[in-house]
This record gives sequence, structure tokens and C-alpha cells, in this order.
Amino acid sequence: MSNGNMTLNLKIWRQVNAKTEGKFVDYKVDHVSEDMSFLEMIDVLNEQLVRKGDDAIAFDHDCREGICGMCSMMINGKAHGGFKGTTTCQVHMRLFKDGDTVVVEPWRSRAFPLIKDLTVDRSAFDTIQQAGGYITANTGNAQDANAILIPKPIADEAMDAAACIGCGACVASCPNGSGMLFMSAKVSQLALLPQGKAEAEKRVLEMVQTHDELGFGNCSNHAECEATCPKDISIEHIARTNREYIAAAIKHHEKDRSGGGA
Amino acid sequence: MTTAVAHYFGSSIGRKQLIAVTGLALCGFLVSHLTGNFLLLMGADAFNLYAHKLASLGALLYLAELGLLVALLIHLGLALKITLENKAARPVKYLGKKNTGRGTTIMSASMPYTGLVLLAFIITHLMGIKYGSYYTTIVDGVEMRDVYRTTIEHFSSIGYTVWYSFAMICAAFHTAHGFSSAFQSLGLNHGRYFGKVKLLGILYAIFIGAGFASLAIWSHLKGV
Ligand code: FES
Repeated sequence: MSNGNMTLNLKIWRQVNAKTEGKFVDYKVDHVSEDMSFLEMIDVLNEQLVRKGDDAIAFDHDCREGICGMCSMMINGKAHGGFKGTTTCQVHMRLFKDGDTVVVEPWRSRAFPLIKDLTVDRSAFDTIQQAGGYITANTGNAQDANAILIPKPIADEAMDAAACIGCGACVASCPNGSGMLFMSAKVSQLALLPQGKAEAEKRVLEMVQTHDELGFGNCSNHAECEATCPKDISIEHIARTNREYIAAAIKHHEKDRSGGGA
Repeated sequence: MTTAVAHYFGSSIGRKQLIAVTGLALCGFLVSHLTGNFLLLMGADAFNLYAHKLASLGALLYLAELGLLVALLIHLGLALKITLENKAARPVKYLGKKNTGRGTTIMSASMPYTGLVLLAFIITHLMGIKYGSYYTTIVDGVEMRDVYRTTIEHFSSIGYTVWYSFAMICAAFHTAHGFSSAFQSLGLNHGRYFGKVKLLGILYAIFIGAGFASLAIWSHLKGV
């Protein structure tokens, strides 16, 4: 396929706001180059729409280099298109063929209310993070990086968890709409490190409770989240969270009984 | 109940760990049940003697039955609750949601349905055998229930044998996901060995499904 010659048929979810009904609208985009990213292809379509005086399709994006996690959309029924370890902004049009029909939908989750078209409100993730995804430390100069030695395998595991960009693909692709993969990445990245261990119990209890209260579904170990995560976060982190959670619940139960603070 | 305990049992993780523990307990029961069933192959006397010994455990047997019933009710009740919650977590459906093939399987996706088939099956199974037609026989001078005759008579019906075999396929599907899933829920996944846990779960599922179903077909052929 020579450059700039692809034509795509798009079926895109349009919805003015959360209060109105949405629907799929068919669009045709000509002159798509295989070097374009998926977002650039939508940019081209939006230019066409604006020239016609139509409303541009709203979609989230920021870095366009796979690190911010904003570019959330379902492409052909899969989060970020379902290409391994790839965010939507890193999906290139060479992965599609001339004449393809592509369905584009927003994340569908009760915990992520729709704002407009393909944009959803993912602040439920911030709420989970605020419930315990931090460490309590005095401010001031940062400690010398080598003052606390951390074995390489543990540092690697914490780093793997910290690679989560909070895009929400785990929730979007989970058959149960669960936010466990995101939450467990945040639990893991801190629980593995000495700085995070001090508050590990309180953290997991509060983050799980907040996750459940926000209307996410329950994890039943399909592992579809791991399969669609653009950062390849493993469900081993969910297993760690499950272990941390039961241990914390038992310890806090004993504290409750002995009258100590929980 | 302390608040920590109340939170645990109300939380998504606490509930799935209860589903895991009760599920594994039921998996253990299936192994002992199937082992007992293999005595069918050794003839009426061996099977009846085994059943008689079990029945003569008296209070101990009732206790075990009560334990199983409680495990089943917890497993079923919590699973129904989380399934309904999960449906509610996605109020607007996708137009054409596709799985990547690297996560969700037919086994994991069909858990609620295979579970409900198994519930229906357990009821028909108890009515057909445990509370089914009652014959007596004498083995070694002792009078006891001829549950072998009940079994063979019961499976002489092709309809019931098909239903039983279908239910056992569902049991295999259910445990193929459920077995390793329980380990994950309990936090027993440290990467390296989890592939083996998954394999063990699949072997377990095949053993259970094929074991029970083949004995049902054997009993059917014996009875016609
Ligand atoms: S736009 Fe930042 S990850 Fe895609």
C-alpha cells in the first residue's frame, strides 16, 4: 500500500454529554497514510469535520508517546486496539488495511462516567490513589539514592508495577469492569520498597475499600486486564494485593480486639 | 465482629477469597466422591459396602454434609452477588467487545452459567440417587441399602445419562478456571510456578469431568 492512499470506514461513538443519548456515526476518511498514528488519523477526520462546520470528535490525548495514559479508547472492541504493550497513540495505521471498518468506542464503566464522545472521567483512579497510594515523609532534601539499598530483583518488580500509566484499559477490557490491576500496581510499587512498607497495611485496606466503593466490579481472575495493559502489568500484582489484604485484615482484627487503633 | 473483619467479608477481595476457599473445599469433595464411584467397577458388593460404611459414620457424616452444604451456599451466594455487581459495573454495553485471546477464556467467561447448571444438577442428582428408589441387599450377612441397584437403574435412562454427562462437562469447565483462579485469589501466584498451578487445574478438570462421565456411561451400558 503506497503512502496516503488508504480509505477507512469509521464507526465512532458520538455523545454530546452524559445526559444525552449517544449513538454510533459512520465516517469515511480518505488519504490515510500508513505512517500516521491512530490519533493522527482522527485528527485528519476532525479537520474534515471542522471544515464542514461539524463538531469535532472529542478524545483524550496528551503525550502521544505512550507515557501519559490519556489516549483511552476501544478500537474494534479492544482497549487501545489490543496490540501487545501499545497505547492508542502508538498504534500506527499500517496495522490496518485499505477499506477496513473500524469501530471506536469510549471506555464503558460505571466508575468512568462519560464526558463527551470518546472522553471519560477517570478521576476514580485519582480517588483510589489518594486513599493510600503515597508514603508519609518529611519534606526537605531528597535522601541520597543509595542510602537505602534495595536488591535488584525487588527494585525491578517495583519498577514494573510503577510502569502503570493509569490509562484505564484494565477496567475497560475487564469483563467485570474491575479496577484491580490499576489498584494492585499502586499497592505493589510501594509495598515492595522499604519506604512504602511502613504504611503497607493501612494502604491496602483503604485502597481496596475505596476501589469497591467507587463502583468498579469484582476481579474474578480472567486476566483480560493483563492481556490489554499497554504497560504489560502482571496480575501477579493482584495476587500480591490479595496476600497483603488478608494479612492486613487479620492484623487489624487483632488490633481492634485489643483496643488498639486501626 | 470487629470492623476489620466486617470490612474483610464485605470487600471484593475478602469475598473472592471466600469463594476460593469454599471452591477448593468442593474440589476436594469431588475427588473423594469420584474415588468412591470407581468402586462401581468392582461390583455391587464392594460399592454397597462402601456406601454402607459411609452411612454408618452417623453424626460424622451429617457434620461433613453440613460442611459441604455451608460451603456450597457461601460459594453460590457470594458468586451470585458479585456476578450481579459486575453486570452493574458496566451499565452501557460495548458494541462489539472482543477478547484478546490472552486473557478471558470460554471457561472463565462461562463461570456463572456452568455454576448454575451444576446447581440444578446437584438437586436432580440428590433426588435421583441419595433420595432415590430404596432397595436393600445382604452383604456378608448384613442388611444394607442396595445403592448399586439404584445407580444402575437410574442411569438406564439415556436422558439422565446425557444430562449427567453434560453437567460433568460443565464441572470440567468450571474447575478448569476455578482451580487455578482460587490460588490467584488467595495470593498464591509468584509467577514462576503459576503455570504449573494452571496445568494442574486443567488436569484436575479433565480427571473430574472424564472420570464421572465415563462411570455414568458405564452404568448406562450396564443397565440397558
Ligand atoms: S497520548 Fe499519552 S499515552 Fe497516548
